[in-house]
Amino acid sequence: MSTLEIRDLQVAVEDKEILRGVNLTVKSGETHAIMGPNGSGKSTLAYAIAGHPKYTITGGQVLLDGVDLLELSVDERARAGLFLAMQYPVEVPGVSVSNFLRSAVTSVRGEAPKLRQFAKDLKNGMDALAIDGSFAQRNLNEGFSGGEKKRHEILQLELLKPKIAVLDETDSGLDVDALRVVSEGINRFRESGETGVLLITHYTRILRYVKPDFVHVFANGKIVEEGGPELADKLESEGYEQYTKASA
Amino acid sequence: MGLNEKPLSTLHEKASYDLADFEVPAGREEAWRFTPLSRLKGLHDGKAVAEGHVKVDVDAAPEVTVETVGRDDPRLGKVYVPADRVSAQAFNAFEKATVLTVAREAVTSKPTVVTLTGAGDGAAYGHLLVQVEPMAEAVIVLDHQGSAVYADNVEFAVGDGATLRVVSLQDWQDDAVHVSHHHARLGRDATFRSFVVTLGGDLVRLSPSVSYDGPGGDADLTGVYFVDAGQHLEHRLLVDHSQPNCKSNVDYRGALQGEDAHAVWIGDVIIRVAAEGTDTYELNRNLILTDGARADSVPNLEILTGEVAGAGHASTSGRLDDEHLFYLQARGIPYDEARRLVIRGFLGQLVEKIQIQEIRDRVMAALEAELAR
Repeated sequence: MSTLEIRDLQVAVEDKEILRGVNLTVKSGETHAIMGPNGSGKSTLAYAIAGHPKYTITGGQVLLDGVDLLELSVDERARAGLFLAMQYPVEVPGVSVSNFLRSAVTSVRGEAPKLRQFAKDLKNGMDALAIDGSFAQRNLNEGFSGGEKKRHEILQLELLKPKIAVLDETDSGLDVDALRVVSEGINRFRESGETGVLLITHYTRILRYVKPDFVHVFANGKIVEEGGPELADKLESEGYEQYTKASA
Repeated sequence: MGLNEKPLSTLHEKASYDLADFEVPAGREEAWRFTPLSRLKGLHDGKAVAEGHVKVDVDAAPEVTVETVGRDDPRLGKVYVPADRVSAQAFNAFEKATVLTVAREAVTSKPTVVTLTGAGDGAAYGHLLVQVEPMAEAVIVLDHQGSAVYADNVEFAVGDGATLRVVSLQDWQDDAVHVSHHHARLGRDATFRSFVVTLGGDLVRLSPSVSYDGPGGDADLTGVYFVDAGQHLEHRLLVDHSQPNCKSNVDYRGALQGEDAHAVWIGDVIIRVAAEGTDTYELNRNLILTDGARADSVPNLEILTGEVAGAGHASTSGRLDDEHLFYLQARGIPYDEARRLVIRGFLGQLVEKIQIQEIRDRVMAALEAELAR
């Protein structure tokens, strides 16, 4: 059992306050959806938890099983069991996917995977996400389409098996087929019940495939409403307008 | 910027075997302004007396004829006429030249490795001529090692339809000074592939140049360098397109780390009036890994004809991309390893182009050693 506990998190970017006190707890076996309009601070939450250098923490704590992640470096957070699936995975020239994945798995597990087992896991993972085998030899994210990048993020999720996964707009830019494949990957990851998922999205579409246990509405840097899956249905029909007006 | 004040093509028009035709550089000249003359140990002003030794060993493919000849050999200096003071100094001071010849239509069965080992006992001058006759194919490796104060000229005569691949490794000890001109003259439909790796030495100034003797020539010049604290590694490229329908591609990349690590890259491409249908691109990228390192990168493209197939250049110098590091670290990869992965990727993309596996492995190992510093 793992718990991610975000306590009164305040974050600024270049002296501009973006997050104004976020409180949220995600436990193993739970899926939380964070929904909100553009610019509400959803992605800031994801990147601040992961430790992107652009974001300055001005207050609060983020505890993973009692350890304050904010005290750790980016890679230490990942090794502690945090995973961030990025909205815009960067292209890294000259670093092959297989080399990258092996380095990542080795770092997170603390030991190099057995080559044969790793090759098998990689192939199975790629097959399940309908990723062509040739991708292993390609440069990381280089020339990947939007959908290929997202599938590759989920492949990493499945290989690294984090305690808590933060998925930042993984659904954006995906066509229906790719959305289905990616959602199935997330669901396989959730199956064990040993992991928690924080799913950040602008649209309710993905929630038809990945059913959330809790839905949080984000506006103006904080959570303004919380509820169960039914809250997503309400957002689907009414949109974010009431929240953006309320916070203005 | 001096280069913009006068037409580029005049920069390289001076060529002579006579040392007296070149004034001793004072440091302000366009061709010398980046080079710390005080560290040339007299190669530029005649004070470097040829009392040292650079041993030349040739491990040749059976198809290659190897000769050691005197200064009076009429074949020398036909491909390249010295275009600066140090080059002229070297041409006037070398005692023995090495001549490698690949006969017409011969295809060499293995790389020919020329190992130049500096004895560390003073200045030395050298000359190498590689003749690849029409339709022949050869691979030559120049491996510079040891400690030296060395200036030389290297001539590559690539015959019609011939292919020459050259790897030049500057793997000198830390105190070496090396000023070198590599000139390739390409016959009709000739192919030239040059791969330069510069890692060692206190000061290395290497000037690879290409000219074309007929249409259809294709030159590809690749370079990788890793500059450590205090090193000055300078590469001055010149591709002179004077014939129609020739190609050239230049891609040099380097990483710099440490106080006063200095890289200089000059990339001159001239497309003369007759050179219609030229296709050329030149690129230089520098990765600056620490404070105190400096990269000067100056691409120049002078087009004198309206009919080119393609002509472009690009130069970028920057630090490691935070987003790259963040992405790798967010997958648990520690900072140092993430940094190595990115740098290795940046340079390794070029190293992969070396077709000889032993050399490729050696270059990668040398880069790994640099990264581990």
